[in-house]
Amino acid sequence: MTWRDTFWTAMDAVRSHRLRSSLTMLGILIGITAVVLTVGIGQGAQATVRDQINELGTNLLVVSPGSSTSSTGVRGGFGTVTTLTQADAAALTSNVAAPDVEAISPVSTTSAELVNASTGANWTTTLTGTTPNWQTTRSRGAVLGRFISAADQRNAAPVVVLGGVTVTQLFGSTDPLGSSVTYNGVKLQVIGVLQNLSSAEQAASNDLAIVPISTYAQRLVGGVSRNSVSSIYVKATSAGTLSAAYQETNALLLNTHHVATASSADFSIATQQSILAASNTVDNTLTVMLAGIAVISLLVGGIGVMNIMLVSVTERIREIGVRKAIGASPSDIRRQFLVEASVLGLAGGLLGVAVGILGAVLIPQFSDQRVILSIPASIGAIVIAIGIGVVFGVYPASRAARLAPIDALRSE
Amino acid sequence: MSTSDDVTSPAIVELIDVEKVYRSGELEVAALRGVSLRVDENEYLAIVGPSGSGKSTLMHILGCLDVPTSGIFRIIGHDAQSLDEDVLARIRNAFIGFVFQQFNLLAHLTALQNVALPLVYAGVDPDERRARAIAALDKVTLADRAEHRPGELSGGQQQRVAVARALISEPAMILADEPTGNLDSAAAADVLELLEQLNADGRTLVVITHERDVAARAKRTIEIRDGRVWDPEDHDVGALDTGALR
Repeated sequence: MTWRDTFWTAMDAVRSHRLRSSLTMLGILIGITAVVLTVGIGQGAQATVRDQINELGTNLLVVSPGSSTSSTGVRGGFGTVTTLTQADAAALTSNVAAPDVEAISPVSTTSAELVNASTGANWTTTLTGTTPNWQTTRSRGAVLGRFISAADQRNAAPVVVLGGVTVTQLFGSTDPLGSSVTYNGVKLQVIGVLQNLSSAEQAASNDLAIVPISTYAQRLVGGVSRNSVSSIYVKATSAGTLSAAYQETNALLLNTHHVATASSADFSIATQQSILAASNTVDNTLTVMLAGIAVISLLVGGIGVMNIMLVSVTERIREIGVRKAIGASPSDIRRQFLVEASVLGLAGGLLGVAVGILGAVLIPQFSDQRVILSIPASIGAIVIAIGIGVVFGVYPASRAARLAPIDALRSE
Repeated sequence: MSTSDDVTSPAIVELIDVEKVYRSGELEVAALRGVSLRVDENEYLAIVGPSGSGKSTLMHILGCLDVPTSGIFRIIGHDAQSLDEDVLARIRNAFIGFVFQQFNLLAHLTALQNVALPLVYAGVDPDERRARAIAALDKVTLADRAEHRPGELSGGQQQRVAVARALISEPAMILADEPTGNLDSAAAADVLELLEQLNADGRTLVVITHERDVAARAKRTIEIRDGRVWDPEDHDVGALDTGALR
């Protein structure tokens, strides 16, 4: 018997038992859909994180205040002390000590209630004092008006650049440029609106008010900590010089802080790579978990195929007998049942990929989850589906093949 | 003891002292208790006997559907016990055509596909299969029913389709197990005429039946009782040998 005849014989059997065939395929379909969507969601999540990090600014180092040990031996934890100052930021601008640093921007933040000077609308947001270089380090500028300038910084000008969300809250749909907001009685003129970040997780990044760091320190926030900064963004000249920039920043700050050993540094430096690695670890855990679910669904689907094929062997015992009587060899019968199982697997796999693609189109409509379809994963899923058909078809097929023709014919 | 070695014309099948015992758990049932039989080329043989006599078991062994528990069974010169399942399948495919009481057509295939099925297992290409299946259906005057499924045909028509399936591979022997058992007398006469035509064309025809008038048409009749060949002239059935059967 030729393979082509075997295939069409199997197809006839699949077609003549439509309901049974479709229910069998359903098991495989669910498993394959799960595989396709698992991979798609995993890749979508990774892409989202990658985009977020790219939006944060490329080749970026973030220096944060760290633990400190006072002269009397009292140690403070991360963030409890304000060990980073504007002087540190100024030192990092040196082309000699830090040649691989393209730009730096110190950032000071506090939670602040801003009030629309004409309407009285108020909104609590993150007040951020920084320098014009923030645009470079964060790869982000103003879409309306302008960003803070060097002159604003020099003069400690009472100007503010607002995030998109903040503008909506304070001004509604009216044009905010030229209007004023007040903070603690200090009037700040709105000179620009920040470019919005696209990813939904960045909503907080669209709700902020940026003022020159000189204005922040001299006019808005008083006290002893006014010259300390919450963090310093350091942008390396390129991705290749990021680790050199890291070394330079580290050495320079250790030196200016008079710290002898790196392990007792009173600051910490995070790179985009370390953030990326951390989020990838989370993603991978999620992917492994989802893949586990997918594998279980596929296993259940496979057992479904085996179950149906075994029922099919029992149900068609007479057909097998007739086929053997007119000359089918055991291997003809075995192949017929194996091909039948693989056809069910293949059809289930193709439908599963189709449903997976449909899901990939629909899921982003109803949630923020991105789904990126992978062609190799889809092809792999179809191969797995056929494989499941074959593997779980072997036992029923060999049972069918072993039936003595006479026992098969005699059954009613 | 005489065997086929000294006989000039070749036997299609030959049984020497064949026994068949069915076991189901503790219970042993001897269906055949030492049957010796020889069927020659172009014979027309009827095997008769009451139900439970072992004639169906004998037919299954003749058709290579079952193997003897003991004794020798030769088919076209080969000892069947030494042949594996694949060879037996090829023998059934090429040398034997079966006609069953229950027709045993595949319900989801058309008459044409049913008739062509032995050629599928013989590896004949589709065009030739189709041509030969149409010719075979024509021989049983059912060419106009080629695309009908068995459920759409009368019993007599179904059995004629089964005859077409049995003759399509031009086998040396046709084995018919109660071929008229489920048919009315007119349809039965049609089917018997078709089978006898095949015999007239040079094929061996073995008909198993419990109907005396069907058996009477055969050129030779043997009767099976209690798993043995019953010789009306010698009631000492255990003493039979192959010579007595000739």
